Amino acid sequence: MKYKSISTFADLLGECELQEVTIFDIAQKNEANLDDIKVNEFRKIVKKSLNAMQDAVKSGLKSKEMSLSGMCGDDCSRLKSFYSDSHALFGTIFEKIVTYALAISEENLRMGKIVACPTAGSCAIVPSVLIAVSEEKNISEKSQIDALITAGEIGRIVSNKVSLAGAVAGCQAECGVASAMSAAALTQLLGGTPRQILNAVALALKNLLGLTCDPVCGLVEIPCVKRNAFLAVHAVTACELALANVESKIPVDEVVDAMEQTGKLMSPMLKESSQAGLAKTKTAVRLEKSLRK
Amino acid sequence: MRQSSIIDIISPIMVGPSSSHTAGAVRLGLLARHVFNSHIRKIKFRLYNSYATTGKGHGTDKGLLSGILGLGVDDTRIKNIFGSDIAQHIEYSFEYMEDFNRHPNAVDFIIEGKDLKMTISGESIGAGEVVIRKINDFNVKITGHYNTLLILYKDSVGIISTVTTLIQKEHVNIASMSCDRSGKGQIASMCISLDGELNEKIVDVCQYIKHVHLVRYIKKLES
Ligand code: SF4
Repeated sequence: MKYKSISTFADLLGECELQEVTIFDIAQKNEANLDDIKVNEFRKIVKKSLNAMQDAVKSGLKSKEMSLSGMCGDDCSRLKSFYSDSHALFGTIFEKIVTYALAISEENLRMGKIVACPTAGSCAIVPSVLIAVSEEKNISEKSQIDALITAGEIGRIVSNKVSLAGAVAGCQAECGVASAMSAAALTQLLGGTPRQILNAVALALKNLLGLTCDPVCGLVEIPCVKRNAFLAVHAVTACELALANVESKIPVDEVVDAMEQTGKLMSPMLKESSQAGLAKTKTAVRLEKSLRK
Repeated sequence: MRQSSIIDIISPIMVGPSSSHTAGAVRLGLLARHVFNSHIRKIKFRLYNSYATTGKGHGTDKGLLSGILGLGVDDTRIKNIFGSDIAQHIEYSFEYMEDFNRHPNAVDFIIEGKDLKMTISGESIGAGEVVIRKINDFNVKITGHYNTLLILYKDSVGIISTVTTLIQKEHVNIASMSCDRSGKGQIASMCISLDGELNEKIVDVCQYIKHVHLVRYIKKLES
């Protein structure tokens, strides 16, 4: 299979259907080719990220140390003890996803080791779903690597059009894209077709357009930590709709265009500058004053 | 512009909480360490704007010091670097400033060694990407993406071509190059980004070129 430059989702789907392969097949060959390494060497690098994600879950679950600011850090432990005597309405996979999401996010803000995926603020959305579902369904490491490559390919294509930075395009470009990547990973994990995977991406992203970045005190804590848990679950909804062959009426490339435009139109006050939104609420201003002391 | 790869999207493995304010700070520290490349006795970090206001909550101060001490972005010792054994032999302090002429995430490293002093200025430009913009009064551009040869010299005829010829003889391609000087015949800087590895011997040879004051070979950072 020869290297073919892929810059849109339409290119990617076309190539998958032409060669009758799935997204990670194309993606890993192209990446190995670009970096001048073998496919299995590329997969080793991906495995390293996967293993670091698993480690982050483990250490996150054990700790309730607060962040440097003292604002967040003990919510995962709260959730764990809640689930220890009453079960989630949506079952144990749901429990694991939200618990893992908080575990990783909190590990991030207490300066623990995480994998930026695509960014540090959105680091829990892909791994929480990927790891929780794989554990519950006994999915092999090989398949998890396939899924993570799929997620990476989605992020890569989006990032070549829109910068994945809250300061440039708001949180839709960080946690929003992470949720779309997570939906793609899960759809791959559950055996979806390339078409279904890209539908899941479109559905997830479409429903997060306009998400602003207004972190309290300018820190990656409020609303970021809990947002990771919400958008992990969001990814599952997108995946299940896609597996049922529900189609996004707006094709995924056009959703990305809409995201780019929305990011441009979004006020700079709502793009990581903490000058509006949640960051300027009465309580946020009070928190900011107490942190300055 | 450099297109991103899948690996860029699902990495780096780093200590949190922020790619620009934590991982970026470590990378800036590492680059400054390589630029100084000599024993550091004393260092003052001057943090600007967002680095100054949200730096503490993001561990930017810890990241900068850790980078200066040679720790990588995924080193769990970063969190407790203050007062740790590795930080024992260095005198460090922090200053916080506001200056709208500077980048939101800017930092100056004011470094003193045994008989060398240097001020190095850098910026964390997003998603963990960084640039060293100034060394003393000279404009440079060091991103950590390329092996970079940095030379400070007394401006005089032929120095640039002497250096590029040396590189050419090694069959190493020059990716980009920038020069700056304070005035004709005065101190100048040359900053050459390379596609490949440069033989350390060439670096030594550069030291002996007439009018050259300082040579540094700054290896690219692991991503
Ligand atoms: S709100 Fe802003 S800082 Fe927080 S995760 Fe989203 S983009 Fe990152």
